[in-house]
Amino acid sequence: MEELISLAVKAIFVENLALSFFLGMCTFIAVSKKIATAIGLGISVMIVQAITVPANNLILTYLLAPGALGWAGFSDVDLTFLGLISYIGVIAALVQILEMVLDKYFPPLYNALGVFLPLITVNCAILGGSLFMVERDYNFAESVTYGVSSGFGWALAITAMAGVREKLKYSDIPDGLQGLGITFITAGLMAMAFMSFSGVKL
Amino acid sequence: MGLRNFFDRIEPNFEKGGKWERYFPLYEMVESFLYTPKTVTTAAPHARSYIDMKRIMTYVVLATIPCIIMGLWNIGYQTNTAIAVHGASGWRAAILDFFGIGFNAANPLANFIHGALYFLPIYITTLVVGGIWEVIFATVRKHEVNEGFLVTSMLYALILPASTPLWQVALGISFGVVIGKEVFGGTGKNFLNPALTGRAFLYFAYPAQMSGDTIWTPVDGFSGATALSVAASNGYEQLATNGAGWMAHFIGTIQGSMGEVSTLACLLGLAFLMFTKIANYRMVLGCLGGMIGFSLLLNAIGSDSNPMFAMPWYWHLVTGGFAFGLAFMVTEPVSASHTNLGRYIYGALIGFMVVMIRVINPAFPEGMMLAILFGNVFAPLIDYFVVQANIRRRARRHA
Repeated sequence: MEELISLAVKAIFVENLALSFFLGMCTFIAVSKKIATAIGLGISVMIVQAITVPANNLILTYLLAPGALGWAGFSDVDLTFLGLISYIGVIAALVQILEMVLDKYFPPLYNALGVFLPLITVNCAILGGSLFMVERDYNFAESVTYGVSSGFGWALAITAMAGVREKLKYSDIPDGLQGLGITFITAGLMAMAFMSFSGVKL
Repeated sequence: MGLRNFFDRIEPNFEKGGKWERYFPLYEMVESFLYTPKTVTTAAPHARSYIDMKRIMTYVVLATIPCIIMGLWNIGYQTNTAIAVHGASGWRAAILDFFGIGFNAANPLANFIHGALYFLPIYITTLVVGGIWEVIFATVRKHEVNEGFLVTSMLYALILPASTPLWQVALGISFGVVIGKEVFGGTGKNFLNPALTGRAFLYFAYPAQMSGDTIWTPVDGFSGATALSVAASNGYEQLATNGAGWMAHFIGTIQGSMGEVSTLACLLGLAFLMFTKIANYRMVLGCLGGMIGFSLLLNAIGSDSNPMFAMPWYWHLVTGGFAFGLAFMVTEPVSASHTNLGRYIYGALIGFMVVMIRVINPAFPEGMMLAILFGNVFAPLIDYFVVQANIRRRARRHA
């Protein structure tokens, strides 16, 4: 249990997907104009992450890993080369389902997220989460924890970013930097503030 | 009033249509530094207040004076003490010898002058380089150069170690002023504290010159760890038994950045700022509360391997940059939360983060700088949630 808590803290703060790995930057920058929308997207990423990482973990352990097909009699088969395409497939399918659910039950959020919801499919933070899970050999419990907490860390980062950007509406930014330019600078400065966690060993 | 006449005579040259129209910000800077600005708001609505930006900024600079005095004396004291063992060299020693001031650590004036020889080059570099950036931006973007930069430059110079090379000083203040402030539109429009942005930039870019045991007292061969790194490796009890007790840390005869060693001087400055209502007491209370609460919690939890867990809150208060940050940076209104409840939360977040970084993160012995930057990042979000909660409460009340 203690290990899982420290894994969660690490995934949220120390190895924040957005601010220390700079993953999922396209949506991080595009959907951080308003706090309410950012919270919505953050929660969707968290949900998708919380489902896909454990799902991909199951696929890896019972289908793809060397010897995983032992239950079907193919104990010397190694299907890890199918990893990338399977993870992407799972992510794409889950995002489609999430989109339908949001459309049906939370239309305002669905409209606010617009085109960025399908874009979660190609959000590198999501695929990154699954690939980190593979690389670090997480077991099922760890991958559930990692999925939820890395998604939460990303959501926290995008919400803070949206807060700063709402504040920056009152700033007087030079013409050449308006929009994307200042957002990148802001993301960099925020990453510097998040460095306060780098080096924490749990 | 010859000077006033001089200003009145040259003013038309800088106004619209004058031959030096481009350089109006420069003229405005000098004029409003010396005289109360003539421009007043004409269109409604406006509130009258005795406190304008010029006065706020001047008061903050005034409030740093105890820190400057204590800081200069302490650098001189530490350096002179070290010189007695390791010997003196360099141009500062030549100047001190030339005027016959000497290196007597028991002589306050000699200490003070020696300290000034370290502080002034850094401060002048900061003023010149940062000032050039301010003027460039003001001229091109047609806004005014205001007294905010005096505060930024003073705070920035005070939180540097005395041995910082001058080119790094210039680089850091350039980053702080340009990326931390001017790209957002100047004073009052930034979201991070510019002085801390520059300092953090230097800290991550040049860790060799910005951390360690040899940088705090600029004498070759001398090595003296800051209170926090002593506490991190040997426990805080070591500080009390190692000659200097709590009182020495409170008054500030210890190793550290130039202006932040003396908790007493910082608290004097803070008292002045709170008395003049420039520093909001909510942030101060929140920050103290967060720091005390979390360090008490860590004391209660305890740890076998990490001696910092046992460090009590009154030691956290007097070591590192906590008091300086509390007095001059947590209370900075621009980058803080703007709602009253939010100010408590913002302060508490910083207090919590300081102890968290100092105790749990072995990479950084000191935490105030990063804790404040972290608080700055979350300040707008805290405001948002406070406002939303208010809206919901009122909606319920009138439903």
